[in-house]
Amino acid sequence: MNIPEYKADNYDVAVIGGGHAGIEAALVAARLGLKTIMFTITLDWVGNMPCNPSIGGTAKGHLVRELDALGGEMGKAADKNTLQSRMLNRGKGPAVYSLRAQIDRRRYSEYMKHTVELQKGLDVKQAEIVSVEKRENIWHLITSLGADFTSKTVIFATGTFLGGRVYVGEVNYEAGPDGLFPATKLSQSLKNLGIPLRRFKTGTPARVLKSSIDFSELELQEGDQKTVPFSFSTKEKPQNKVVCHIAYTNDDTKKVILDNIHRSPLYAGVIEGVGPRYCPSIEDKIVRFADKKRHQLFIEPCGENTEEMYLQGMSSSLPEEVQIKFYHTIKGLENVKVMRNAYAIEYDCIDPTALKASLEFKDFEGLFGAGQFNGSSGYEEAAAQGLIAGINAAKKVKGEPPLILSRASSYIGTLIDDLVTKGCSDPYRMMTSRSEYRLLLRQDNADDRLMPIGYELGLISEEEYNEFTEKKRLKELEIARINQTYIAPGEEINEMLSSMGTTPLSTGVCLADLIKRPQLSYESLAPFDKERPILPEDVCEKAEIEIKYEGYIVRQQSQINETLRLENKKIPEDLNYDDVYGLRLEAKEKLNKIKPSNIGQASRISGVSPSDISVLLIYLKK
Amino acid sequence: MSERTVAAISTPQGEGGIAVIRISGDEAIKIADKSFRAFSGQKLETLKGYSAAYGEIVSDNKVIDDAVALVFTSPKSFTGENVVELSVHGGKLVARDALRVVLSNGADLAGPGEFTKRAYLNGKLDLASAESIMEIISAKNETALKISRMAKEGNLSREIEEITAEILKLDAAISVYADYPDEEIEGLDTPTFLKTLEKIEENIKKLLETYDAGKVIREGVDTCIVGKPNVGKSTLMNVLCREDRSIVTDVAGTTRDVVESTVTVDGITLNLSDTAGIRSTEDTVEKAGVERSVKRLNNSALVLAVFDVSRPFDNDDRKLISALGNNAIIVLNKNDLQSVADMSLFEGKNTVSISAKDNSGIQKLYGEIEKTVNSRKISGDEAVLISERQRNCAKRAYESIAEAKKSLLSGITIDAVGVLIDDCLSALLELTGKRVTNEVTDEVFKRFCVGK
Repeated sequence: MNIPEYKADNYDVAVIGGGHAGIEAALVAARLGLKTIMFTITLDWVGNMPCNPSIGGTAKGHLVRELDALGGEMGKAADKNTLQSRMLNRGKGPAVYSLRAQIDRRRYSEYMKHTVELQKGLDVKQAEIVSVEKRENIWHLITSLGADFTSKTVIFATGTFLGGRVYVGEVNYEAGPDGLFPATKLSQSLKNLGIPLRRFKTGTPARVLKSSIDFSELELQEGDQKTVPFSFSTKEKPQNKVVCHIAYTNDDTKKVILDNIHRSPLYAGVIEGVGPRYCPSIEDKIVRFADKKRHQLFIEPCGENTEEMYLQGMSSSLPEEVQIKFYHTIKGLENVKVMRNAYAIEYDCIDPTALKASLEFKDFEGLFGAGQFNGSSGYEEAAAQGLIAGINAAKKVKGEPPLILSRASSYIGTLIDDLVTKGCSDPYRMMTSRSEYRLLLRQDNADDRLMPIGYELGLISEEEYNEFTEKKRLKELEIARINQTYIAPGEEINEMLSSMGTTPLSTGVCLADLIKRPQLSYESLAPFDKERPILPEDVCEKAEIEIKYEGYIVRQQSQINETLRLENKKIPEDLNYDDVYGLRLEAKEKLNKIKPSNIGQASRISGVSPSDISVLLIYLKK
Repeated sequence: MSERTVAAISTPQGEGGIAVIRISGDEAIKIADKSFRAFSGQKLETLKGYSAAYGEIVSDNKVIDDAVALVFTSPKSFTGENVVELSVHGGKLVARDALRVVLSNGADLAGPGEFTKRAYLNGKLDLASAESIMEIISAKNETALKISRMAKEGNLSREIEEITAEILKLDAAISVYADYPDEEIEGLDTPTFLKTLEKIEENIKKLLETYDAGKVIREGVDTCIVGKPNVGKSTLMNVLCREDRSIVTDVAGTTRDVVESTVTVDGITLNLSDTAGIRSTEDTVEKAGVERSVKRLNNSALVLAVFDVSRPFDNDDRKLISALGNNAIIVLNKNDLQSVADMSLFEGKNTVSISAKDNSGIQKLYGEIEKTVNSRKISGDEAVLISERQRNCAKRAYESIAEAKKSLLSGITIDAVGVLIDDCLSALLELTGKRVTNEVTDEVFKRFCVGK
């Protein structure tokens, strides 16, 4: 059936999708002064969390703080709707401290919905986009009701809605997440443009009724006493309002799952999509880690005004009756009532090596991608890409060069470089181990690394920036003071040193050298540091880390400088690798496809060997 | 764009049984067809890779020599390019004429090490192997050659791979440690972690030690012969060299300059320098020579200190004896004459009694030299670092892992220790060329260009 079209408005930036990527993209484009529209299939669920009711975690927490330093919204929204806050990996070292918070899902979505509605220059529209095509040098976005919007740039942030199909055992049907409508027609339009699509899948566990859980059988997990917000602009510390619990699977759980594994659509071969390696379903975990006695699961509240509890670690695509059966094998969940079943969802996405580091398509000027559309997984990964795609779409319209963050600057830069250089064969999840510069890319210094960029872009207010520079000044002063402060030996301090298991003083020693001792901390030395000024907690923390880890930080910085030399070797954009004599065929193909902008990026492409890089270096010298 | 096709005589210069002219590049087979006529009448272009044809090298219908042509098609050849090897009779002139024919038919003369360079660039060799081929080309003695061959066959790369595999395992554990807050991580408890670091440290240390031992074998031992004037230094030198290099007279102070010569004794190459005799002198020319001698004494890896036992020792002898260190062998010359010297001065030192004049005691001297020089034997089939570049990488790796160990013991958190482990890993990857840096390419190719 041909739908009669009508002419709708014209925009600078059009964002398809109102999830975590779409929100950041739309907000930032509008904040940069562009006429922007954000389309969403269901206006009721802008910024929905269809999986974990939480934000942050290892590496993801870093992403949120970086996003915040660049003027993103996610950190602020999370702080305002936190149910419980924990800094993970405390005691493991500052490079891997990771902030994670349980979030009130419904309130978070409400906050985001209201934020986009209030944003000047941003229109929010409930509509399904069925077609995107270029006519007379402008992109046309057609809705299912026939509206013909035009825009200079388009950002795809379609998440699991694009060609979404839900699987529960033998049952499967077209759907988006949480029982919402999928986007069924847009995929064909992308294919018509010549953009190849592939299938990824992800899954979510059941939501169960709180009163049906026997908490007396479960381990308690409380929030931190001293909480830390995500956003550098959040003034009040988030309050812990709920607790979480830990439960374990057992041999019976395993038996139920293995007895019914043939009913899993994944094992029966019905699902073609590739699932996330680092976030496997429970049946996947049982099969792949067969010798593991038990698996942990976390029971997390979905909000203050709901009795729904989320079972983290127990996603499944087994039939509903099997799910109920295996949930019931778990101690504490023997009588649990499943309110929403677990399911797997399969969706269309692109191969991200089709994108430039700006997240614009190499072959389609003005088209950008972000989030699950690009093959990533996770709210934070999506938001980070959304922000960068939004900034670069705006820059494109303004005729400015794109913002490209290096791997050495941030997890955001690492994430995007990984996606566009290496691609991904399963939904890409950010991990601290993906960064080679963990000790420098800490969550505490995301502002030092990125806020100047955010400020220059105009996304950080004068007030926020002044506060940042003031804190930075205080930190530097304090480090200088510590380096010039000498502590004399004495009975009291030597007693303390001995009790901490470190050598007592025989002569005066620099305070910095004491802080460098792993057994001591900035705080533990306070009684002996008479001149210590009263400083904000985050300033003290940064000063302490920078002193304690100075030698290691310097070393990592020199690693960065070393690799920068290769990053600075630019490769002409129009280089045809077929002309480079000596490159192996596979390398030629890969290089022609990825079109790396420098030697450093070229060396990270899989299938390009060190000798290929030598060939390139020699070729470029000619 | 295509690279030029190159050719060179790839067997050693001189009168061998056969000489091989290697042609490599896109046009190699075409050029060979213009230069070579198979008796079967078959064109080389019609042959499959790894096949041979018997025929003759022809220039303007004039036959230069009988030849066998071996055809290798890309990428299955030494360089990864099309290669033809023409084996001709080994006379210098024949080989040179055959090469001329090939060059006149469109090949360029290959630069030094160019085949190896191409093999590396075409991914046929890793960096360590390519470097070792350069060493094979310049090997001074059999053991050096053997070591280089082993390196070419990848012994060094394999050894490094074993070490890096250990480090990668650690890295993986550290990744899990970082990304999974609630998991117990195997291998990262301090005792186990420390044991792993120690093992890695030990292996890199062993490898580092091979460099010095290997260097001795490859480059020879700087050896100086010292002694008072006219004790028989030059005669000893001549015995070692089996040729008259130094001027031998009875006038004290004849040898005024340091004379250099190379001699191989039982697989050890000695870079000999005969020095002016050490004694107090007023003669200005000789004085300069003496100063140089003392300097040599300090800079040499091996000192052969010669004493004339047919005369009593004087102050000059005593001065010299006290200046000698562990690197010295005391050579007591003129044992054919009556010994009158005070032998107690040599207590606790290495002494050998010889007569340079009638060649007696020389075998024993060789034995002492071997003992003194070769504190560490190289078997010839173990992995050996063969270039200064490789040694620098290994040294960086060693220092990083040693520091990682120190840090771990100090109690610092594992994320910081990880920085040092990464440093170690990248130095090792740089060694084998798995990690590319500008410097590697520059340095190695600089070598290729001045290679022998």
